[in-house]
Amino acid sequence: MPYDKRFDGRKFEEVREMEGKVGIIPRADGSAMFRTGKTIAIAAVYGPRKVLPAFMQNPKGGVLKCVYDLLSFSVTERKRPGPSRRSTEISKVTADSLAPVLDLTKFSYLGVDVYVYITQADAGTRAAGINAAAMALADAGMPMKDLITSIAVGKVSDKIVVDLDKDEEDHEDGATDLPMAMSTRTGEITLLQMDGNMTQKEIKEAVEMGMKACIEIKKVQVEALKAKYTEAGK
Amino acid sequence: MKKYIEAVLLNGERIDGRKFEEFRKPVEVSYDVSNKAEGSARVKIGKTEVIAGVKMDVGTPYPDSADRGNLMMGAERLPVSSPEFLPGPPNAETIELARIVDRGIRESGMIDLKKLCIREGELVWNIIVDIYTINDDGNLIDASALAAVAALKNAVLPELVNDRVQWGKFTKTKVPLNFEAINATVYKIGKELVIDANRDEEAAADARLSVSVSETGSVHAMQKGGRIGMSIDEIDKAIGMAIEAVKPLREVLK
Amino acid sequence: MTKDMLVKERDVVVPGEELATGMDYLPSEGAFRDGDKILASRVGLFNLDGRLVKVIPLGGKYIPKKNDTIIGTITDVSHNSWRIDIGWAFDVVVFMREGSREFIPNDADLKKYYAPGDMVVAKIIKADSPRMTDASLKMPGCRKLGIGKVIEIQSSRVPRIIGKQGSMISMIKESTNCNIIVGQNGKVWISGEDHKMERIAEAAIKKIEAEAHSSGLTEKISEFLKKECK
Repeated sequence: MPYDKRFDGRKFEEVREMEGKVGIIPRADGSAMFRTGKTIAIAAVYGPRKVLPAFMQNPKGGVLKCVYDLLSFSVTERKRPGPSRRSTEISKVTADSLAPVLDLTKFSYLGVDVYVYITQADAGTRAAGINAAAMALADAGMPMKDLITSIAVGKVSDKIVVDLDKDEEDHEDGATDLPMAMSTRTGEITLLQMDGNMTQKEIKEAVEMGMKACIEIKKVQVEALKAKYTEAGK
Repeated sequence: MKKYIEAVLLNGERIDGRKFEEFRKPVEVSYDVSNKAEGSARVKIGKTEVIAGVKMDVGTPYPDSADRGNLMMGAERLPVSSPEFLPGPPNAETIELARIVDRGIRESGMIDLKKLCIREGELVWNIIVDIYTINDDGNLIDASALAAVAALKNAVLPELVNDRVQWGKFTKTKVPLNFEAINATVYKIGKELVIDANRDEEAAADARLSVSVSETGSVHAMQKGGRIGMSIDEIDKAIGMAIEAVKPLREVLK
Repeated sequence: MTKDMLVKERDVVVPGEELATGMDYLPSEGAFRDGDKILASRVGLFNLDGRLVKVIPLGGKYIPKKNDTIIGTITDVSHNSWRIDIGWAFDVVVFMREGSREFIPNDADLKKYYAPGDMVVAKIIKADSPRMTDASLKMPGCRKLGIGKVIEIQSSRVPRIIGKQGSMISMIKESTNCNIIVGQNGKVWISGEDHKMERIAEAAIKKIEAEAHSSGLTEKISEFLKKECK
């Protein structure tokens, strides 16, 4: 059955309503919340600080570590607390996606820790997490050449779409999920995963749609960052 | 800082100007942190912030409580909330936190577990409350306990069809509660006792006593922590302080 | 704003944001060059200092710098040095010869000068590597601190707390009659006769921290102190 109209009425290239907030956790060196539709991610950054275990200390620069996880009640069927194979993998690709813009060369022997938790999940959680993490890193005053912006694109039934929600991921004709992240300034793509079924042509089309969406999403990130510090000036 | 805090207390004051038996202000409770949870809540006491969520499931009852539902309480001190909390399996402090909250709710009879029996000996509701700390500015215990109670107050049963839970579909039936059990922790710093320690006071505290109080003013659970002892008079005084201190918190939940 | 500047003085900028074009300007702290553009490499306030394009930091953790005055707690004492926790990843070291303005004999028990748990104000004299930061306790103003209230603020807000030629902090000291020392590491030590006055001094400092970038801050704080100190 062709997917002519999206379940929630969005255009195929349209992202969900998005919201960002910076400085949500006073104790952290940097923190942020990012919401897309009903998916909510929070992120906190600690560092530069001591790296443990000590053998991971690197004289050439700081060590970036990320943790991503779902809160048990963020999903309909309770997620058992503690890392899963899925969350461990996402933690790794989150760190890999953020590292290209981070300049930790001045942080020899030190570490930067990024913690991302999903408080409410409705698909696109790793993208929301990366968006929140990038804002939190900037809030922590980290030297960065750009923010990183992330989105999931894919295919629902026969249509290429941007920012799939859970209903679309569960479409009866199948859905392909392609999470990606990028530096919108340089066009460098720093996260790319896919599972499903798409042709080379469809992938190019989907990624190009994702790149356009990232430009819009970055505005939300930038506004949230500026709002925190402009509010402080009021 | 400990010497300073003790000097201020000896002068009859607290470092932030509060009364000894006073919670920080504001104490805020909001609901619906996650629309996937059967119930959820966010609690802020000053800058300390905790969220809690309720998930429900069905299962066979334990043989010694064949006509009752079950309660399970978990806690994670998320590494987002303090530079001192690191990722990994829960340590003793985290498990103690969950168990203090668990006993306050369980022993007070706050949840009507008999009403959570579907078929005696065969099928009962399991309530799982998970607590996550977001920002630690002192006294996570009372914030966690309040968040767990608020999440339970907010909770409804999911739909059940042919003994199977329909994930994501909720009924309008509330989790049966009798009243709220509210926890107040009294911290002993030097020779003085204070309610709701902030982060500096908590770091300076020698001991603490958590007291869970039900609506009638009865005490249902206690836990002493810290490696300095307390006298019977101090314990008596602490319980009295806790019973008084929870009264305004009961109003916040309404 | 000149034609090559893409943002205004004291605008809040974010990493990757374009600040200036052309080769007439040079990227300085918090900025980098990419082709003919100068971009921000951290969140902060845009500042043009002659030809230098800078981004003044607004947040982030304190990183030790030479000549910074810092407040910390003695954590360990050896036969020839003290270690100080200043809220940085590694303790700062003070060698015996930098320990005091008075002569310390070679066989002295260094705990008699500063013991673990003592709060001190010290000056960073070497910060070459994150793991090796040295401080001095014999430079002017350095000393052991008595019992006092220690509060923490964002280190990036310290210049505002101190004010031009120390005007802001002097005003707070005079109004509250408190002795106050501000460490570049964001730790502030407050000690007064009256604990209420210490709390007012703390509230004033927290207010400056929260409103650091607003205009007319000196007047606001002056009003606040007048009202509170009555």
